[in-house]
Amino acid sequence: MYKARNGEEIFVIDCHTHFWDGSPANQKNVHGKQFIECFFNYHTGLSPKEELWPKEKFEKYDEKTLYDDLFVKGYVDIAILQPTYLNDFYVNGFNTTEQNSVLKKNHPDRFILNGSFDPRDGTKGIEYLHALKETYDIKGVKLYTAEWKGESKGYKLTDKESYRYLEWCEKLGIKNIHVHKGPTILPLNRDAFDVADVDDVATSFQNLNFIIEHCGLPRLDDFCWIATQETNVYGGLAVAIPFIHSRPAYFAHIISELLYWLGPDKLLFGSDYGIWTPKWIIDKFMAYELPKDVAAETGVKLDLEAKKKILGLNAARLYDIDIAAHKAKFGGEAKKEKALAGGWFR
Amino acid sequence: MKRPSRTSNDVRVSDVWRKLGCVTDPELDESVTEMGFVTEVTIGGDGDVAVSFRLPTYWCSPNFAFMMGEDMRAKILELDWVRSARVVLGEHMYVDAINRGVNEGLSFREAFGEEATGNLDELRKTFLNKAFQWRQEALLSHLLNAGVAGSDVVGWTVGKLYDRETTIEAHDLIARYLDRRHIGGAFDDSSLAFVSIDGVPLSATALPAYLRSIRRLRTNAEFNGALCRRLLVERFSTEPLTGCHS
Repeated sequence: MYKARNGEEIFVIDCHTHFWDGSPANQKNVHGKQFIECFFNYHTGLSPKEELWPKEKFEKYDEKTLYDDLFVKGYVDIAILQPTYLNDFYVNGFNTTEQNSVLKKNHPDRFILNGSFDPRDGTKGIEYLHALKETYDIKGVKLYTAEWKGESKGYKLTDKESYRYLEWCEKLGIKNIHVHKGPTILPLNRDAFDVADVDDVATSFQNLNFIIEHCGLPRLDDFCWIATQETNVYGGLAVAIPFIHSRPAYFAHIISELLYWLGPDKLLFGSDYGIWTPKWIIDKFMAYELPKDVAAETGVKLDLEAKKKILGLNAARLYDIDIAAHKAKFGGEAKKEKALAGGWFR
Repeated sequence: MKRPSRTSNDVRVSDVWRKLGCVTDPELDESVTEMGFVTEVTIGGDGDVAVSFRLPTYWCSPNFAFMMGEDMRAKILELDWVRSARVVLGEHMYVDAINRGVNEGLSFREAFGEEATGNLDELRKTFLNKAFQWRQEALLSHLLNAGVAGSDVVGWTVGKLYDRETTIEAHDLIARYLDRRHIGGAFDDSSLAFVSIDGVPLSATALPAYLRSIRRLRTNAEFNGALCRRLLVERFSTEPLTGCHS
């Protein structure tokens, strides 16, 4: 919960978090090493100096570190865990649904556990999707259309097999489809950034929501165009939002383009934890005002109402989260903790 | 790794750097030398040129890496004293296929075999079109900010643009735009300076909406450029490059 200057309590849902193991012990090959190093470059390149982690901590952090960074220090009320399997790069996978499920088990009210599928896995993959639904009752999946698999160097949402999987998602009530269309972190085929396939499936699957992670950067221009035409396409702000610190002028242009084309009801906050921690991002985001010339040119507003939507209300709608009930529960827990601590905090 | 030196007693080295300065990263529309991608230029006695370059991540799209390699090699070969040119990418997942393909003059598909889904011509065209639009938007915004009326500017000829080269910034913006003006159709000094990508004259009334719609292209390219610069600096512990022109 973030307390705004006017005293209002703002409910925060971090839509993009990870619990990974990129440590050397888990690396299968040079790709695994390069992968975590590339993530680390994002971390060191865009974090404020005082928020930098040592490399060892970045490679593998524990449950308590994550919990404290998100919920104790970071204002986050609920975090969505997005898996990144990468079984070809890491012995036990990088950040699988199974790894993440430990957090969900220990803190059921704090986490939303998402799954993943790969349409190239055929019938076996459909069975795994069923198993994820049955075991964890997932409501969303994270997809990497650019991921390698054997001879294949990626797939499109418009492939026949993808349709089959999306039909199953619809039937099983897995209605939030997060698609990574973002900066290169994987070996990519040449169409990997192309967001055109989203346009097609968003029209075909009106009951599903398509959340385009990283807003299609580095193809923001194409993404804005598509998102404008489809009512069920959303933009995830992970990777875009840290620019608020290192390049605020760019951030102003990006967020104003997104607000202009998609509007404040279609954008979702994500820290991309552990690449970045939510506290400093949210502090800066809440304090942020669009430069007057940018606001005047685009006619968009990034006021408290818009910020509340981006930080939590939009995601609550997609994931059927009862904010009032959670506020009451978390508020009660906080009071209990304070009471147990002997009321020292009051 | 420190920022590469571009000076040498051998004037041919400067020739090569200047040629490389004309090659852009298609996604960013910025030159490969300004981005800090080119690390070394060496010249053998008989005019055998070798260039090394690097990219911000191990995974940077091989298609764009390939295009940059091809373009660099072609530019160097334009110099009449050059006997051979070898362009070598380092620390990338696809170094072997890219270096072999570029230096043996293979197509992308020939270099990557089954892994490639096609040749690069269409992709090249897409990004040339984008570059035309974002350079045009940058120049038009500059002129409008300087007080030129939209109703006037839509009627300007290419020749008229040269009269506006009163500052270094304007000169650069005009040069960059004219370098891509052919995308909107063949032109001479008496042609309209500003046309749509299909060669259609712009209308004064539709100009604000038109600019609004192409502005996101430039926002996107600038964001990519900023991200790539940061990642390059972090990856190679190099010094940030600040708008140096070669």
